[in-house]
Amino acid sequence: MRRAKFKAAAVAFIASATLASATLASAPAQAEIASGAVLANTCFSCHGTDGKSAGDMPTIAGKSEDFITRKLKAFKSGELEATIMNRIAKGFTDEEIAALAKFFSRR
Amino acid sequence: MTELTRRGFNKGLGATTALGALSLSGIAPATAAGKAQVVVVGGGFGGATAAKYIKRFDPKIGVTLVEPSKRFVTCPFSNTVIGGLNTIDYITHGYDALKGLGVEVVHDSAAAVDGAKKQVRLAGGGSIGFDRCIVAPGVDFRWEAIEGLDAGTAARIPHAWKAGAQTLLLRKQLEAMADGGVFVISPPVNPFRCPPGPGERISLVASYFKTAKPRSKIIVLDPKEKFSKEGLFKEGWAALYPGMIEYRNLAEDGLVRRVDPASRTLYTDFGEETGDVVNFIPAQKAGKIAQVSGLADKTEWCPIHPRSFESTLQPGVHVIGDASIAAPMPKSAFTASTQAKVCAEAVVNLLRGAAPGAPKFINVCYSLVGENYGISVAMVYGYRDGRIVKIEGSGGLSPSGATPEFRRKEADYTRGWYESISRDIWG
Ligand SMILES: Cc1cc2nc3c(=O)[nH]c(=O)nc-3n(C[C@H](O)[C@H](O)[C@H](O)COP(=O)(O)OP(=O)(O)OC[C@H]3O[C@@H](n4cnc5c(N)ncnc54)[C@H](O)[C@@H]3O)c2cc1C
Ligand code: HEC
Repeated sequence: MRRAKFKAAAVAFIASATLASATLASAPAQAEIASGAVLANTCFSCHGTDGKSAGDMPTIAGKSEDFITRKLKAFKSGELEATIMNRIAKGFTDEEIAALAKFFSRR
Repeated sequence: MTELTRRGFNKGLGATTALGALSLSGIAPATAAGKAQVVVVGGGFGGATAAKYIKRFDPKIGVTLVEPSKRFVTCPFSNTVIGGLNTIDYITHGYDALKGLGVEVVHDSAAAVDGAKKQVRLAGGGSIGFDRCIVAPGVDFRWEAIEGLDAGTAARIPHAWKAGAQTLLLRKQLEAMADGGVFVISPPVNPFRCPPGPGERISLVASYFKTAKPRSKIIVLDPKEKFSKEGLFKEGWAALYPGMIEYRNLAEDGLVRRVDPASRTLYTDFGEETGDVVNFIPAQKAGKIAQVSGLADKTEWCPIHPRSFESTLQPGVHVIGDASIAAPMPKSAFTASTQAKVCAEAVVNLLRGAAPGAPKFINVCYSLVGENYGISVAMVYGYRDGRIVKIEGSGGLSPSGATPEFRRKEADYTRGWYESISRDIWG
């Protein structure tokens, strides 16, 4: 349990580092657990903690990085119709999508 | 109560971090300097999420959660209890999962938060020291804004805008009402918690009437010009409950000036309405603890730095959720919980002497118009030039004129959201 949490923090850190370099070049660089983890955290309210759904929402934890990236980009472009994800995916840059895909594929 | 704080902790920590001691394992250098202590006031959507996520980011930080109730009843889905679709048990959650993560849960009320002394004083006596405090008390009512009502009259004219006994009271009154009765509901002025909440309540009371009391009527007296998801709600009402709901807005004499609880009569500028059941939802302000601790400004809400949710009035104290001024984000459970995660991250970073990252948030408010008829409004928010901003091109409403299949899916996802967010917070 503890180990799992430490691992989670580590992955979060890596995701955030990716993001920080991708999109936050102007922000102070020293944020240690930054937007990568928090980006993914905001998805948990629907997709469940770490992307493991508790009900009718799709589980996205453990799906391949490629699958998640393709889905999110297709939601963003409108190529894939959905009830809500088009409206959400349009709020994220391609770099953020890449970081999110990496994060959830490793859960 | 024991003094849990180690003075000078922050400085020592900052120095360690600067030396690059932070390892990928996520273990804070705090271990070397002593245990950093965070006190969270309020165990609702904002506070309980913050307590959990601080532990998730860094299990070494001591987290104490102060919350008077042993069981938390959520406002989200309380309208389904009022409409008879769910029991109160379905929306009641406990704190065992948080305790399992090492959060110390103190069932008491905070009487004051002192940013200068870095102490939370408890109503039951004693105090708890903190390095940083997160305050998430939700809302209180501005009874002074309506003539005739106060906390006492809520036993006869329920608000049901805090869930629990009030939810059950309103349900009981609706059950006792005869078929052909009149339900009068009056939503509050802006800003208030859950902008689409009144529309959902009207819908689910209508769904109850439709099957149990089909000759009954609903009269809405709204002091505003428009309301959240108005077009979608009205489309749903026309489809599901034709002729049952009469909605009067500000221009249509919807502003209630006075209420007589004895006769259950609401007086507007030009008329009056008497209900068999009356649900008056008062105007709102940040919870009392924010008012008495110097965290609220003259608007009676709490100004914050949007990057960290640290109060602009009391350094070291953060305010999240309904009580905070975080426009353009609406006051919702989704918002409170996602702000809590941003705040938890910022607090952990600040305790390590690092700057908080730039936040990005989603808010989606789902509402049930009927059991199998869901609608939503969404937005993605970012941070720019010291402010929370809407990300252009994102968000918006469910389409109007959607198929029944689409509405059914959104109803299923509404339930899916509730189950995921509840488990994310309370385990
Ligand atoms: C009918 C209704 C339906 C809603 N539906 C939805 C929905 O579908 N989706 C959605 O996103 N939002 C919904 N909301 C909004 C949501 O309930 C609030 O926005 C959310 O609860 C805000 O979280 P919070 O942490 O700020 O406050 P709360 O969740 O209210 O938590 C505040 C906590 O602080 C505690 N507290 C207060 N003072 C003290 C003190 N002095 N010391 C210690 N503890 C204290 C209280 O006991 C409480 O537990 C709904 C609201 C209503 C009324
Ligand atoms: C408001 C709830 C909600 C939020 C928040 C949300 N999603 Fe979704 N997600 C859904 C729903 C519902 C679907 C199913 C498609 C649809 O109807 O929109 C979905 C589908 C997906 C899928 C495709 C899954 C599959 O198996 O096809 C991915 C990937 C995804 N979401 C990723 C994310 C990420 C990443 C975030 C955070 C940035 C996120 N979602 C935030 C509700 C949500």
